[in-house]
Amino acid sequence: MKQFTSNPLYKFILFPIGQIVVFILGAGITLSVLVILLAYIFRGSVTNLDLVERTLVILPKVLIDGVTIGFVYATIALGYTMVYGVLEFINFSHSEIFMVGGVVGVELLRYFDAQGTLATMNQYVVITLAILLGMIIAGSLAVTVERVAYKPLRNAPRLVPLISAIGMSFFLQDTVRLILGLTTGEFNVILPKFGTFDDFQTFTVPGLAAPVQLQNKTILLIAVTIVMLVGLNYLVNGTKVGKAIRAVAQDRPTASLMGINVNLIISITFLIGGTLGGAAGVLFALKVTRLDPFVGFFPGLKAFTAAVLGGIGNLTGALLGGIVLGLLESFGASYLGVFTQGAFGAEYKDIFAFAILIAILIFRPSGLLGQTVGQKA
Amino acid sequence: MKQFFSNLYAAINKEPWSYIVTFGLMIIGSALVYATPRSLTAFLILLLSPASMYFLKMNNKVKLFAGLVLAIIVLPVLGIRNIFYLEVIFQICVFAALALGLNIVVGMAGLLDLGYVAFYAVGAYTWAFFGSKQISLLHSVPGAAPANAPYFLENPNWFWLFIFLGIGLAAFAGILLGLPVLRLRGDYLAIVTLGFGEVIRVLALNLDKPINITNGPQGITPIQRPTLPPALLDALGRVLEPIVGHPVTEAQFYNVFFYFLALAIIIIAVIVARRLDDSRIGRAWTAIREDETAAIAMGIPLVKMKLAAFASGAAFAGAMGVIYAANRTFVSPETFSFLQSIGVLSMVILGGLGSIPGVIIGAAVVVFLNIQVLQTFSLYLSSLRQSDAVIPIINFAWRNLSTQLDPAKYQKLIFGLILVVMMIFRPSGLIPAERRKRELAGEEEIDEITE
Repeated sequence: MKQFTSNPLYKFILFPIGQIVVFILGAGITLSVLVILLAYIFRGSVTNLDLVERTLVILPKVLIDGVTIGFVYATIALGYTMVYGVLEFINFSHSEIFMVGGVVGVELLRYFDAQGTLATMNQYVVITLAILLGMIIAGSLAVTVERVAYKPLRNAPRLVPLISAIGMSFFLQDTVRLILGLTTGEFNVILPKFGTFDDFQTFTVPGLAAPVQLQNKTILLIAVTIVMLVGLNYLVNGTKVGKAIRAVAQDRPTASLMGINVNLIISITFLIGGTLGGAAGVLFALKVTRLDPFVGFFPGLKAFTAAVLGGIGNLTGALLGGIVLGLLESFGASYLGVFTQGAFGAEYKDIFAFAILIAILIFRPSGLLGQTVGQKA
Repeated sequence: MKQFFSNLYAAINKEPWSYIVTFGLMIIGSALVYATPRSLTAFLILLLSPASMYFLKMNNKVKLFAGLVLAIIVLPVLGIRNIFYLEVIFQICVFAALALGLNIVVGMAGLLDLGYVAFYAVGAYTWAFFGSKQISLLHSVPGAAPANAPYFLENPNWFWLFIFLGIGLAAFAGILLGLPVLRLRGDYLAIVTLGFGEVIRVLALNLDKPINITNGPQGITPIQRPTLPPALLDALGRVLEPIVGHPVTEAQFYNVFFYFLALAIIIIAVIVARRLDDSRIGRAWTAIREDETAAIAMGIPLVKMKLAAFASGAAFAGAMGVIYAANRTFVSPETFSFLQSIGVLSMVILGGLGSIPGVIIGAAVVVFLNIQVLQTFSLYLSSLRQSDAVIPIINFAWRNLSTQLDPAKYQKLIFGLILVVMMIFRPSGLIPAERRKRELAGEEEIDEITE
């Protein structure tokens, strides 16, 4: 058995994928059972439709939406949680890094569109190029931001870098808006139509009346994020750089005594977080098809909530937190309307995350998977 | 450069010169604003006079007298002549009061609150709800309100009571927010307060159904204002008409009235903040800010003190909210966005955390920048855009400049820059508070200060 668990194929590929599947199934099944139970309890109070039937009809779509957005949150949350692990500080401008990644990716697609080559190119090559460019730009931006706005403040009181990060976030939003405004004359960026990403794949699941429909881009999003998450897992747990990152996160002065270049490792952490955020941005753009410079705010906050939910500083926790939060949000947004007969609906979905955040911080501040951390001033 | 300014300061900070500079600025500024009501420079010169009053050494009674003359006579008269200045000064007052309130929470107690406008919203919506027709419209869809709906309160002078009610409700909201987040450390607290601010905004945006409480994104209007005695207005109008050069309308009197009201709130806020800073509570806040664990060990009731900080900070915002709702006769969720919270925070940071004069100056600078300098710059750019001018060397015609380049819309850029630059180069602000200075300074600087 021991031989098997130390096999790299298992350790770096099968185990993380298994983890993801377990998280999705666990959270998805728990929430589904809960909702169906609620539907049975409240079916008497609703007369004009069969609540249970309505619940079951939209359930597959709700689950798929939740998992999709959950992966986006998880990918962003990894950036927060890695930086928090190393520097113990909330990188507030990470949501803007995410936005920049998305905007850059979409701008590349628009460039191809303007050249007229978008329709003739292989759609997978195009999207890969967009994701790679988004990753590169977002990663280098994250490193630059760290150098400019956080590094000079590393030994300052806690609130100082945080305020600087908030300022940076606002600064980046309006800078992107300014650049977009000056170059294209308008600050909304709309994804050009291309390829077959909007088409549906239909799966018939035994036991369900209607077949389950999955959009191609949803499949792409999930596949790409899983590849990235597995890659990150290997990077952090299987390489020397990863070991150095973990050492710096555990104890910065000692790591520095062991010959680790702490500044370099911190930069690398920001680089990794930024590239993940950038890729998530492009995938998010593919999903929502329309971005503006302020689009990062809510996904960023929710990803932070996801990181706290899973236990901040903990990579597996961020993954779990992202998936759970995505599912919770999707369930909340869809079923609140169903159960209250439309009196309250999806417009409250943005504040679910905060309610969850406050609840976790009150009842389990260390998160689902985190260990209790001592008070560090 | 620095040498030059310190020499200049030393030169004018002597007996006759300080008086000459202050009164000179005041008289020249008033005359210039009176003569050319649209000039930005003239207004700036006038605004320099309170600053010189603060920075230069003078007899305190003279200072007080000059300040009163400026605040009670000069500004309202000039304000009636060109109502825009009164608007600028009213906004400075509103934001200064908000910044003073936030300063209690962030500056004194060290609890970073990113959702501060939520309390402002609580105050504003309190008066908006009761001082308008909203209660009789609870069951109508927004936008389809019957025209003849009655006001809930027939006598608009309930307004005075609602100022206190606004204070109470906002303080209660502060405690409500404070209770769950008491155990959190600085950065978590920041995110949770941000969330609270967003929750209030989303509620204001969406509580138009199932029953219509906030009228949704359209906001509540009209909101009543307290009545002004007509006899007084008549008399004042007759006196002021020859001075300002046009008959004074009731709307202009309302502007002056709200200016005085905001001024009164600021004066109260300054007194309260000063007294708090030197009190047992203020010292307890400082202790909590410096080291929570040590503060508990010293027997400071942490829960009570943190709640007191949230409540008293929120109270200022509540009072200002009520006044704001009556001044605008309109509230909508847009006013209470995250951007506003950060705006107030940047005022506090710019002026100096914990420093009362600093915070007021920070508010004045940011508001002035926002609604005067940036607007003027925008107008200038759009006039360039309509002209045939060309930038010489790169041969760029101004006409081709994107209309997106409108500096008045780039507040976030300004706020963001203020926050980052201040944190990197001068974390204790323009006018540092004495205690803060020591805390944020490096080791060597501490020696310098204590020596």
